[in-house]
Parts: sequence; structure tokens; C-alpha cells
Amino acid sequence: MTWLVAALVLPVVGAVVVAVLPKDRLDAAKAVALAFSLVVLGVVVAGSLAFDVADAGRYQFAQQVPWIPQLGASLAVGVDGIALSMVALTAVLVPVCLLASWKDLGPAAGGRVDAPFLALVLVLESLVLGVFVARDLFLFYVLFEVMLLPMYFLIGRYGGPKRRQAATTFLVYSLAGGLVMLAAVIGIYVAGPGGSDGFLLDGLAGLEVSTSTGRWLFLGLFVAFAVKAPLWPVHTWLPDAAAQAPPGAAVLLVGVLDKVGTFGMLTILLPLFPEASRWAAPAIICLALVSILYGAFVALAQRDLMRLIAWTSISHFGFIVLGIFAMTTAGQSGSALYQVNHGFSTAALFLVAGMLVTRRGSSLIADFGGGQRVMPLLAGAFFVAGLSSLALPGLSSFVSEFLVLVGTFERYPWAAVIATTGIVLAALYILWTYQRMMTGATVPELEDVDGAPRARDMKPREALVVAPLLAVILVLGFYPKPVLDILTPAVERTMEQTGMTDPAPLFVAEGSEG
Amino acid sequence: MNALLATAATTPGGIAPPEIDYLATLPMLVVAGVAVTSVLLEALLPRGRRRTPQVVLSAVGLLLALGLLIWQWDAPDVVTASGSIAIDGVSRFLMAVVLVLAVVAVLLVGDTVDDETGFAPQASAVPGSPGEDAARRAGLEQTEVYPLLLFVVLGMLVFPASNDLLTMFVALEVLSLPLYLLCGFARRRRLLSQEAAVKYFLLGAFSSAFFLMGAAMLYGYSGSVSLPEIAVAVRSDVGQDSLLLLGFGLLLIGLLFKVGAAPFHSWTPDVYQGAPTAVTAFMAAATKVAAFGAMLRVLYVAFPDNPWSWQPVLWAVAVVTMVLGTVVAVVQDDIKRVLAYSSIAHAGFILTGVLSLSVSGLSGSMFYLAVYSITTIGAFAALTLVRDAGGEATTIASWAGVGKRSPVFAAMFSLFLLALAGIPLTSGFVGKVAVFSAAIAGGATLLAVVGVLASAVAVVFYVRIIMAMYFAEPGTDTAVVATPSPTLTGILAVAAVATVVLGVLPSPLLDLAGTSGLFAL
Repeated sequence: MTWLVAALVLPVVGAVVVAVLPKDRLDAAKAVALAFSLVVLGVVVAGSLAFDVADAGRYQFAQQVPWIPQLGASLAVGVDGIALSMVALTAVLVPVCLLASWKDLGPAAGGRVDAPFLALVLVLESLVLGVFVARDLFLFYVLFEVMLLPMYFLIGRYGGPKRRQAATTFLVYSLAGGLVMLAAVIGIYVAGPGGSDGFLLDGLAGLEVSTSTGRWLFLGLFVAFAVKAPLWPVHTWLPDAAAQAPPGAAVLLVGVLDKVGTFGMLTILLPLFPEASRWAAPAIICLALVSILYGAFVALAQRDLMRLIAWTSISHFGFIVLGIFAMTTAGQSGSALYQVNHGFSTAALFLVAGMLVTRRGSSLIADFGGGQRVMPLLAGAFFVAGLSSLALPGLSSFVSEFLVLVGTFERYPWAAVIATTGIVLAALYILWTYQRMMTGATVPELEDVDGAPRARDMKPREALVVAPLLAVILVLGFYPKPVLDILTPAVERTMEQTGMTDPAPLFVAEGSEG
Repeated sequence: MNALLATAATTPGGIAPPEIDYLATLPMLVVAGVAVTSVLLEALLPRGRRRTPQVVLSAVGLLLALGLLIWQWDAPDVVTASGSIAIDGVSRFLMAVVLVLAVVAVLLVGDTVDDETGFAPQASAVPGSPGEDAARRAGLEQTEVYPLLLFVVLGMLVFPASNDLLTMFVALEVLSLPLYLLCGFARRRRLLSQEAAVKYFLLGAFSSAFFLMGAAMLYGYSGSVSLPEIAVAVRSDVGQDSLLLLGFGLLLIGLLFKVGAAPFHSWTPDVYQGAPTAVTAFMAAATKVAAFGAMLRVLYVAFPDNPWSWQPVLWAVAVVTMVLGTVVAVVQDDIKRVLAYSSIAHAGFILTGVLSLSVSGLSGSMFYLAVYSITTIGAFAALTLVRDAGGEATTIASWAGVGKRSPVFAAMFSLFLLALAGIPLTSGFVGKVAVFSAAIAGGATLLAVVGVLASAVAVVFYVRIIMAMYFAEPGTDTAVVATPSPTLTGILAVAAVATVVLGVLPSPLLDLAGTSGLFAL
């Protein structure tokens, strides 16, 4: 049994333990859940150390046993650099989210933290890890669908006032995309080599199908991934779901769950359908550009802090998709890195925002003002997370956004130019929000009559939540090389499978001559 | 036919008695015998002491039949009784499923919730009349249910095993007539129940007439009612295609009515809602199995490689069935009606597998039937537990907050709903993959695409019920979940476990359906 299997099984074991603990032992349940998530993190860290970085383009720690041979499904797992980065992201974020949800789920939450909440988070972790390491399309699909259920209950049971509607929209939207994908998944099996292990992704790469069949199958998968990512115009479920979910769950939703969409595009769509990917790339790039700009503009217009963060994510997912379908090494490496960075910076934003909202009792931006004077630490954390989100150099998102833009420019200069405006808008929505919330006169609700702050600044537990996230943001901002080292070989393999080579540099040659 | 005439001519006394392989048909004979005994019990035992002996007799008899079936499982396939009964992989598999469901149904019928059975004390009494009150006060109890149910089971065993159209028709009537009666027996909402019975009877009789007319025309076309001989006639292209087309079409109407496919579905919601829930459970699960079994046999044995002119129509039927079932279910407010429309949609899903006309379509459909019927009978059995002042509470609104008060019940019912919705890691998902992949491999990609889109719509109404249970606050008129009897607890637990296990590890059953997926010719 490799460490991968252990990392998949442990959270479920933890969930079972949490679920069978007596109801009045909530503190024990929290401790057990956190302990299990930390053990999983430990396993993942240990496993990552054993990962052969030089060979990061190959799927390592691979294991495979027959599952439903009649249908061609196997239980096959393995990680390459991209998958490993997502596994690590998930393993870090889950304990952080558990810790963030320790005391309460935010003022508007429909439920308090209880054992089912903890169990759902752990089950979700196991399913998401499974999606990232699955090397069998059937297994991937099964986990892709099932992971919706814990999130559905997390939003529906513990979310804000409009949680029912938000949860249902989320589930129906995702399942609709997923079921279209099911038709494509079956179609891929029928078109593929077939047999008792016909769903193995390795056997399906570079599928020999007619052009039109390939394009249909591509679209079937793409719709599901686009819903999940989410890409304009199938993004409408995200703002409600993210704003209604308790912050801890929102982080897992936007930071991890949605990554499955872009992850699937990068590691399943491109290798399986090189021709169709190249065919669809221009159209998808346009959709990505619309996402970037539309997400940013709508974010500017938001009055609710949580919704604002959700909309910025739509903009950021646009960047990730842009980099993937630019089909250059730099673009795809940037996207793969962006997936990781976005996970951390959004997590920081959501969690700090959640702390702010809890103090003020409202998530409306207009209800805040002058926050930095009464709670300087929280304001600072919010500022750093925001700066990372707007891709300030020195913070992690900058590297990935830069790579995406460079990579896009190599093939589609116009697209890169348009996308760059997204960065300008990002500066606007982040800084303007900070200005409205943290500067100026302190609103009375945050301050007592005699001038002493009513709202308490960051508590130690909260510092424990935020510190690792900010640390990662800073470290990856200054020294992204270790992560890029494991991502780039995997991306190069994908480029090769897609049959793409980087275009010759346009301007270097001209510049050197002139 | 000629062979029959020849043997008749050589026998002095006229028609020779048919050769019957008693060993192979033993399960049917046992059920027939038990049914007759059950009638005798009804006649001989004093009123008020009948229920327990009837339940025990029926359950033991059905289990015995099941045991005999399993004992003879690997026996060679035979066509017996002058070619009218085929005991082969398909009929064995479907007979086993029907028998399992029948055992569950008997236990459900005999079960009491809050000390009352789901059946009227005297079905013949006019609803609300003094006679009915008197019957209730006298503590009368309907035990005709058991012999009737056993005859239904007998019909269901013979229906998919019938190798000629007349036997099939007789089986159809044997299973239908008692079923019509059973629908009228509900204890509460008697008028609704009687309305259901009458509707089912009228429409059912009508569709039986279609079936018979179709059989007659096919006889006119091929000179035989035997399915293999019809296949020979079709293959040798004897002419008279209009008789073939009309006959086949009419026959299909009869069968499509029984499986509840659109546009012959209109009885389903009313009957499912009005019938006693235990009967609905059995009907929804087992009738579908038997009727699809018969349809498989007709299509695969009598019209195997006919480039049918009916194919576009059947495709249209499947599409309309899936779309109508799911779309109309979305606006239903009664859980029994939701499940009824969902059963229509499922008939459409199974049709996609059936119409792929391949070995994988056959085994996929059989697998689907098996897992669908287990989940369905579990869901309806669970329904009997949720009560308010008027008996069973089946409106979605009255289920608000059930999840907070009865978490175990809600989790289990959600599981059944998710399986019906085809969420992965439940048996329903594997069934869907099996039939859709058969459809795509068989070239019916359109059907599979409509199928997945319909499944997406279907999620909406299944989730509505889950949402009501979990995300709504319990109100004053929230229904109460009664404590189930040990029997019912067992049934529900087995159904729930089977739903999960067949979703996670479906290989053995898929294997069984695969190896059973052959007809004896």
C-alpha cells in the first residue's frame, strides 16, 4: 500500500470515528478530526519527499486493481507533478479550514459546528484527494460526482440564510454538467481500447477517434469541467454557493473543489483529445477572457464581501483556463502553479473575511470602515491576502499570473493584452475594498463610545489559521522554483501529448537584430 | 404447429399431453400450489386467525420456490410444455428477482405500522358507509390479499418465461387481474384506492386486448404463436408485412403499458398513489421486472435481427418516456406521485438498454431491473413509516424537517433517492452506466444523451425531497416517523445495504446478469 492509498483512506476512517463519538463529546470530535487531517498532511508531506522530482512528468506511486471489469473500470491511482501539487494543496487547506471552523461558522450560518460537519469535511477531503490521484476515467468520474454530496450538505445545512437555494443550485448545476460528462465518459470507453481495464487514462491518451466524435466527446467533458471551474457563462452558481457556505467550506469549495475543473482540463482533456483541444482553443480562450473581465467588473460592483471574493475567483479561473489553452509551456506551467497559488490566496481571503464578518455581524462592505485602527493584525492579513490576489510581485500569485500572460502572449498576443486589463481591475477591486473597509473613520459598531475598540483583533487560534497561508504565499512568491520544478515536467509531457510546441519567440529575435 | 398436429394424429385419444420438464418448472408449480393452498386456508381458517398462517405459508412457499430455482440454477436450458415455457438464463434470473421481491412484499403486506395493516377491513364495503365502520369496529381483516398476491407472483414467473404468445397472454392476465383487485384495498383514502383499481383495470383490460389482437395478427402472419417460429417467419420474409407490422405494434402496446412507458403511462401516478403502499412497492418493482422480461423475450427471440420498421417509433417512445417522466415529476407535490413519475422515467432508461439489441444491452437491462427493483421496494416500504393523523403522510411539505427528528430514517430514504437519481457509488449509477454504454455501443447514442439529460432533470425532484427532510425546519404539521417493526427494519436495512454494495462492488451481480443473458431457442 503506497502512501497515496493511506492518504485516501485515513480521512474516511477519521470521519467514521468522528461520527460514532457520542454527541456531547464535540471537543473530542474536533480534536480527532483535526488530528486525522494533520496525519493526512504528514503522510502527504512524507510522500512528497519520496516523489522523484527529476521524473515529475511520470505518474509515480502508481497502483491498480480491477474494480468492475465488466464495465472496464479499475481502481488506479498515481501522481505526477500537477496531481501532487493539488494533493498537497488539499492536505494543507483541510486542517486550516477545520481550525477556522473551530468555534463558529460565521454569524449568518444556519448551523453550528457539530460532528456531522467535521465528518463531511473529512469525507470531502478523501473524495477530492481521490479525484486528483485517479488514473482511471471511471473512478475519476465517480469521485467527481460523489464529492458534490458532502459539499451540498455543508452548504445546505451550515450555510447562510439563502443556503437551501444556493445548495440546490450548486448540486443541480454540477450534476447536470456531470451527467453530460457521463455520456462522454461512456462514449470514450466505447471508442477506446475497451476490455476489462478500458477506462485506464494511460490507455486512453491520444484516443484514435474520428474528428467529429473526438470533438463531441471533448465538448461533453469540457462542459462538466467548465461548470466546475467555473467558466463564464456557466458560472452563475458560484457566487451564491460561496457566499452562503460557511467560510471554511467556501475555501474548500473555491480553493479545492473548483480546481478539479481546471485540473481535469489540463490532465484529462488535453492528453485525451489533442486535436479537439487545438480546435476548440480559440473559442475557449475567448470564454476565458470574458470570465477574466466579467468576473472582475462584477466584483467591482459587489456590496457583499463574500460575493466579491467569489467573483474575483471567477476572474482568476479565467486566467487559469487561459493559460491551459494557450498551449505553451509557460502558460500551462503558470496555470498549474496558479491553481496552487489561487488556492492559498483565496483561502486566506475567505478566512480573514470570515473573521471580519464575524466581528462586524455583517458581510456588507459598506458596514465596515476604519477597521485597520481597531484590528490592525486582521487588517494587515486581509491586505496581504488581497495583494496576493491582485498578483503583487513578491507574492505567490504574481509568478503564476506572469507566466500565464507570457505564455499566452507567445501564441495569442491579443489575448494577453486583453487579459492584462484584468490585473488592473484586480488592483482596483482589492484596493478599493480595503480602502472602504479598513481606512477612514471607524464605524461605531467596531468601536465603543469611549473610543476603545469593541472588536477584538486576531485571536491566537485565528493567527494559527492565517499564518501558514500567508507564509506559503510569501515563500512561493519569492521562491516558486521547487513547485515549478515538479510542475514543468508534467506540463511538458502534456504539451507533447497534445502535439504542441512553443512558438518561436517573436520579439527576442527582432530585438537582438535591431 | 405441424409437429403438434403430427403428434396429435398418432395419439389415439386426440391431442397428446405435452411433455413437461417438471424439475425445471418446479418453482412455478410450487408457487401455484401455495397459491391454491392459500385459498383453502382462507376458506377453512376462522376469520381473525388467518394472517399469521397466511404470511408464513406465503413466505415459506416463495422461499421454497426460490431455493428450488437456485438448486436448479446450473441445469441446462430447456424449452418445455410443447415449447410454451422457456427456462433459460434470462427467465431464471428474472424469476429469482421476482421471487425475492415477492418474499419482501409478503412481509410488507403482513407488516403493521402503529398496529394497523395497510389494508381495508372489508374492501367491498362502500367507503364511509356504516358497513365499513362496522367492519372496522369488528376488527375484520382482509387476508384475501395473500392468495391474490401469490397468483400475481405466479403470473410474473411465467410471463418472462413464456415462449409463445398465448402463454404470455395467459400469464399477463394471471398477474394483472389479482393486481387490479389489490390496488383497491387501501385502508385509508378508500375512494382514491378504489379509483386506482378501476382505472388500472379498465386501462389494463384495454391494453390486454391490444396484446391479444397483436398476437392474433402475428399468428395470421406466421402461422404460429411460438416466438422462435415467428422469428423464422420474419427471417424468411413470408410476405404480408402489414400483418407483421400491425401485430408487432399492437403487441408492443400491451407490453409498454405494463412497463409504464409513455404514452401508455397515464395509469401509473394514480394507481401508485391510490394503491396500498405495500402493493405499490411490489407493483413498482416486480411488475416492471416481469413486463420488461417479457418484452426482452419478444424483442430478442421473435424479432432478433429484423431491421425493424418499428425502431424509430420505439426510440421515440423511449425518449418521450424519459423526458415526460422526469419533467412531470418535477412539479409533483406528493412523494408517491414523484416516485410514480420517476418509475416512468426509469422505464425509459431501461428501454435504452433493451433497444440496443445486444448482449450487453440484455445483461445491462437485467442488472438495471434487479437493482432498480430493490431500491424501489425499499423506498416504498420506507414510505409506510411516515405518518400523520390521516395515515401515511406523502406530501413533500409534510416531510419538512424529518431529517432533524429522524436522522437514520432520513439518511436511508436519501440513499434510496440518490440511488434512483443514479449518483455514483449507488447501485442505480452502475445500472445507468450499464444500459447507457450498451446503448452507445449499439449506436443508440441519441437515447443515451437524452437519458443523461433526463437524469440531470431528475436530480431536481429527488433533491427536493432530500431538501425538505434536511434543510427545512420541522413545523407543527411535520409527519412523524413511526418505529418500524423488526421485519420492516430488516427489509429496509437489507435494501439499503444492497443499494450501496451493488453500487460499490457490482461485479458479482453484473457477472450473473452477464452469464444469464442468453435465451434458449
